[in-house]
Amino acid sequence: MIEFKNWAARALVSAVAAIGLTGAAHAWEPTKPVEFVVPAGTGGGADQMARFIQGIVAKNKLMEQPLVVVNKSGGAGAEGFLEVKGAKGNPHKIIITLSNLFTTPLATGVPFNWRDLTPGAMLALDQFVLWVNADAPYKTAKEYIDDIKAKPASTFKMAGTGSKQEDQIITAMIDKATGKKIIYVPFKGGGDVAVQLVGGHVNSTVNNPIEAEAHWRGGKLRPLCIMDTEKLTYTEKVTETQSWADIPTCKSAGVPIEYLMLRGIFLAPGVTQEQVDFYVNLFKKVRETPEWADFMKKGAFKQTFMSGKEFADWVGKTEAMHYGLMKDAGFLAK
Amino acid sequence: MDELNNLMHGFSVAMTLPNLGFMVLGVTLGILIGVLPGLGGANGIAILLPLTFSMDQTSAIIMLSCIYWGALFGGAITSILFNIPGEPWSVATTFDGYPMAQQGRAGAALTAAFTSSFVGAFFAVLLITFLAPLVARFALKFGAAEMFAVQMLTFCSFVGMSKEPPAKTLAVMALGFALAAVGMDTVTGTLRMTYGVTELLKGFDFLIAVIGLFGIGEILLTMEEGLAFKGKSAKIQLDVVLKTWAELLRYWKTSIRSVLVGCWMGVTPGGATPASFMAYGLARRGAKDKDSFGKGNIEGVVAPETAAHAAGTSALLPMLTLGIPGSPTAAVLLGGLLIWGLQPGPLLFTEKPDFVWGLIASMYLGNIVGLIIVLTTVPWWAAILRIPFSVIGPIIIVICAIGAYTVHSSIFDVVMMLVFGVFGYLFKKLRYPLAPLVLALVLGDMAESSFRQSMLLSQGSLDIFWANPLVGGLMTLSFVMLLWPIVPVLKHQLRRRT
Repeated sequence: MIEFKNWAARALVSAVAAIGLTGAAHAWEPTKPVEFVVPAGTGGGADQMARFIQGIVAKNKLMEQPLVVVNKSGGAGAEGFLEVKGAKGNPHKIIITLSNLFTTPLATGVPFNWRDLTPGAMLALDQFVLWVNADAPYKTAKEYIDDIKAKPASTFKMAGTGSKQEDQIITAMIDKATGKKIIYVPFKGGGDVAVQLVGGHVNSTVNNPIEAEAHWRGGKLRPLCIMDTEKLTYTEKVTETQSWADIPTCKSAGVPIEYLMLRGIFLAPGVTQEQVDFYVNLFKKVRETPEWADFMKKGAFKQTFMSGKEFADWVGKTEAMHYGLMKDAGFLAK
Repeated sequence: MDELNNLMHGFSVAMTLPNLGFMVLGVTLGILIGVLPGLGGANGIAILLPLTFSMDQTSAIIMLSCIYWGALFGGAITSILFNIPGEPWSVATTFDGYPMAQQGRAGAALTAAFTSSFVGAFFAVLLITFLAPLVARFALKFGAAEMFAVQMLTFCSFVGMSKEPPAKTLAVMALGFALAAVGMDTVTGTLRMTYGVTELLKGFDFLIAVIGLFGIGEILLTMEEGLAFKGKSAKIQLDVVLKTWAELLRYWKTSIRSVLVGCWMGVTPGGATPASFMAYGLARRGAKDKDSFGKGNIEGVVAPETAAHAAGTSALLPMLTLGIPGSPTAAVLLGGLLIWGLQPGPLLFTEKPDFVWGLIASMYLGNIVGLIIVLTTVPWWAAILRIPFSVIGPIIIVICAIGAYTVHSSIFDVVMMLVFGVFGYLFKKLRYPLAPLVLALVLGDMAESSFRQSMLLSQGSLDIFWANPLVGGLMTLSFVMLLWPIVPVLKHQLRRRT
């Protein structure tokens, strides 16, 4: 009987192994380290998110193979996009995107379009807030906008990240809404931009929440309005009196500006549906971790998740919107 | 003395056995990272950052900042031994460090470099400990115009440095500026001088140029000159450290000046690289024996190393108090802080005192640990020069290639490194100075964008550079520096006439 038991156990083990093997053959998994391209420099918003995801994946062992973050920031991100575009059929290369997915090819004429990549998933949307120095007399967006309208053109100065990118596009939208030109001064990163405002070198910025949060909490900056259709939902107090949810929308303050920035994942062209599914599932798992929830709260992100056709349609619509905005502002490459 | 109490508390956090272990591990890793050219502190920390997410916050930041100290120490080693700057801020160290090694004084040069690094860092940490809130406010005063004034000052402190004809200096500087302009123009958002070539989109990285011009160029020269290191005769002297220390005491003035330059550049945030150049320029200006610079003057090692380390350390101050990184490595550390749920900013000191003071205490300890590690290894590093060139030469080329590749993970950069190497060789043969080219390449980009940001702010008026005492003072000082070399000439002329 002992022999039989032994045999039965062996048979059971091999049967389980066989099922395991066939199971593995169905679901694709990376077979070597995955390169996670960041089309921006180290320390910026996209880079932080990518490295954060890398940390979550490693800590919770969500993937057998390691995820390796690589910065390819040349040409406002064109370097990174072109590299993934060139990696046809390579499932071990993914890229995190920001608005430069649209703005870089439009502004520079670099031969690249998001259709050259395979859309993966939307992770979140980043908000934009109109900030002024806490010592400035403006308590509401309306007061500030009215003052812009009242003073001659080029009186007010806006600092922002990069040129012909999201911050300058929003500035152009404010120009349009007020009918007065605001001087736009580009800086390298969002952290620098916030400090320029704290130091009183410019009048306002449109920093993402995470870039200016510490200065708001420290009483140095004041948020006037948020560039979305609805208020944020984070009701935990950031300062003694205010939470993210207390910031009014710009529309309600009489400045009809809406702008959200994509934080999404794309794959190389020519990868299979199975491979796309693997990454979509991976990021779903990332989004379920408590660390991710904390990160979203800290940066006051809008937690929309999309994948598949819904995501591709959204990207297409957003691209058309950028084309229109950049054409109006005269930012298109000649 | 709140600070002292806090600091003592910090020491009690940092002095645990596991934390000391992480310190030694971090410093050792950092030295290796610093030794490999190209794999800078920023890259090294970025690679290791995810590994620390499962660690305790304080231990993690202690280890990562110790990597940073280690990299600062390690950058000097290859600059002195092989004329290959391991880090951008070590370029100025090669000017005198490499000639010293060629004269068989590698041990002395290394000791001087390490000790000066320690001195620079130590004073910068003192500054962080006692003056953090005050200094942080000073950093806020720096807008675009002030930044340009600082860069202008760096350029001007270098005027009159080169012994070559001014026309040659101007030619290589112009080349440096041209190379710096390739790639994305951040002010207009358009591409410049890329001619549709994908590889040129990212521009010419300073590190790749430096590895090629200095490292590969030097190897080519050595090959021509009989395949041997000149410093081969260097004996292993175990007492070299003590002897050099006695000598270093004489240069206390240079050290103090370099500490001041370094701290100031680190806080503002000008960065360690401009600081090292500026300190070198000032040391030469202040020295009696100007001609010995560039030929193995130990002061030429002391000045840049002190300033670079002071700047590298004080660069963490604006990061902690304002959330602006003073250096690329600080930028990666900043990302780490956010991931651990720590929001750098004015409130970090009050909200997370354990963390902040633990980190500050680890700066003291990490630097002491680092100094002990590097000083005990000085004789062995110096002994590398005794290995025959036929063995070490190919190894250096491989290390350079790996270094160039790691900067952007691009093979094109390795090719560029070789091209720069050939140019470096030709320039040396034709007696064109390399230092102005490197200075223009590293500062050209920054100076250009600060200048154009200022012009946007002022709508084209140059008055912005004299708009307040700070920027006006800096600009005036730059012009004084610029005209200084002419003063003796004028004096001489006047005396002749009378």
